[in-house]
Amino acid sequence: MTPGEIAALLTEKFGSRVLESKPDAINPWSAVEPSAILEIAQFVRGDARLSMDHLELLGGVDYRDRIEVVYILFSMTQRHRYTLKCRLPREAPTIHTVESVWGVANWHEREAYDMFGIIFEGHSDLRRILCPDDWEGYPLRKDYKFPTSYRDMPV
Amino acid sequence: MEAEYSGEIMTLNLGPQHPSTHGVLRLELKTDGEIVADAVPHIGYLHRCFEKHAESIDYAGVVPYTDRMDYCAAMNMEMGYVLTVEKLMGIQVNNRVRCIRIIMAELDRIASHLIAAGTYGNDIGSVTPYLWCFRDREAILDLFEETCGARLLYNYNWIGGLMADIKPGFEKKLIEFLDYFEPQVDNLNRLLSDNYIFIQRTAKVGIMSPEVAISYGVTGPNLRGSGVKFDVRKDEPYLGYQDIDFEIQVGKGEHGPVGSCWDRYMVRIREVKECCKIIRQVVAQLTPGDVRESIPKRIKPPVGEIYMRTECPRGELGYYIVSDGGLKPYRLKVKSPCFTVMSAFREVSRGAMIADIIAILGSFDIVLGEIDR
Repeated sequence: MTPGEIAALLTEKFGSRVLESKPDAINPWSAVEPSAILEIAQFVRGDARLSMDHLELLGGVDYRDRIEVVYILFSMTQRHRYTLKCRLPREAPTIHTVESVWGVANWHEREAYDMFGIIFEGHSDLRRILCPDDWEGYPLRKDYKFPTSYRDMPV
Repeated sequence: MEAEYSGEIMTLNLGPQHPSTHGVLRLELKTDGEIVADAVPHIGYLHRCFEKHAESIDYAGVVPYTDRMDYCAAMNMEMGYVLTVEKLMGIQVNNRVRCIRIIMAELDRIASHLIAAGTYGNDIGSVTPYLWCFRDREAILDLFEETCGARLLYNYNWIGGLMADIKPGFEKKLIEFLDYFEPQVDNLNRLLSDNYIFIQRTAKVGIMSPEVAISYGVTGPNLRGSGVKFDVRKDEPYLGYQDIDFEIQVGKGEHGPVGSCWDRYMVRIREVKECCKIIRQVVAQLTPGDVRESIPKRIKPPVGEIYMRTECPRGELGYYIVSDGGLKPYRLKVKSPCFTVMSAFREVSRGAMIADIIAILGSFDIVLGEIDR
């Protein structure tokens, strides 16, 4: 399917819970309501027309006024790609996990938690993955203050 | 593999300092006797904040950092990055740059697969293939050194072009190398791939079904080892790969179920031959030209975001770049193929023997620099 058709299908199915779509961008995307992410993920994974079985990338972006979670999806059978975005408040970014839909989301979500402090509700094992467990702060946030020491070691 | 967990569970640490973990990886094994009930990978020992660094340096300055992710295939790492930025900026490169990029990427793929095969043999207990593979890899590194002065981390692909043209006589040396190298692959097969002990150690362990592989985002030779015919070079072509004649190699399960360690290993060996085929075709397409003619004076992409992926030796490498119209990337996220395949490790290794953990890990061919970034 073309990005335009995917955007139209999502709007038809989820109505106002699809907040904004840009199917003609270089990287076509739709911004969706964060509370609906699990339902939408199950739909795009299970629907025969979409069958987005491959989660290529899940990551956060800090836009200073909000944090976005980006899901880049690909279908191995249909050979099309589409991007979903969820906009979360910076103070308490919380969203439901999609690890039940794509296994790889487990690690990607741990990384997003580690780097941005995004809480994935229902995640089976939400721990830091790249930084040490007792690291403070979320390094990829734009207002991150670099620590001067770690466990009394100067950095 | 069927297993009964009746006895006492013991925790066994494998790594981070262990020659078979191919870097600083720690595996926390929950073992019941010789059987592994659970294997939890712990990563991050090599985390160098690449994505954070990239936000504070200009676009051209990121290229040397990409080299240091997968240091066994640095040409492919930087090529993926420069292609992404070029697509975002709308830069077209000439035919000479295109051909040289393909030649270098495929040579690096051969070098990387030789490391994979050689160290895998070493993991299983065979030392000679390791020496043979590294001997042939040296010849490739000599070609790189002659072209750009570096043997491991090249900074050779620049945004809009290349650091330097190939030296006169490079094509001749390249063809001589291929003529020498192609029979060596058959020698390696006789020595290692068809070796009875090697097959016994690898052909029935670490079975990864296509469903698990796709769900865990496994890509590249590991995905193809499970019998899924997918290669970004053919299915989402860049650099004109669609016009080059080569076969996508998949695991066929000659010695056991499809998706075993042996299948994953063998896909790499067969791919090496395809690389030789690609290079021979592309050398014939080389035309004269200036490799620096499209390099922009100022690299300032328009506001926007892009995701692009390329086929690296270890799988699909994706770059997600968000540009705010400035001189530095606003956000740069890397989709690392080794990261995703390691997330499937727990699933694949459950119920295996401790000795097979090494075989499974080696067959994934991971590079920790790329997992931890």
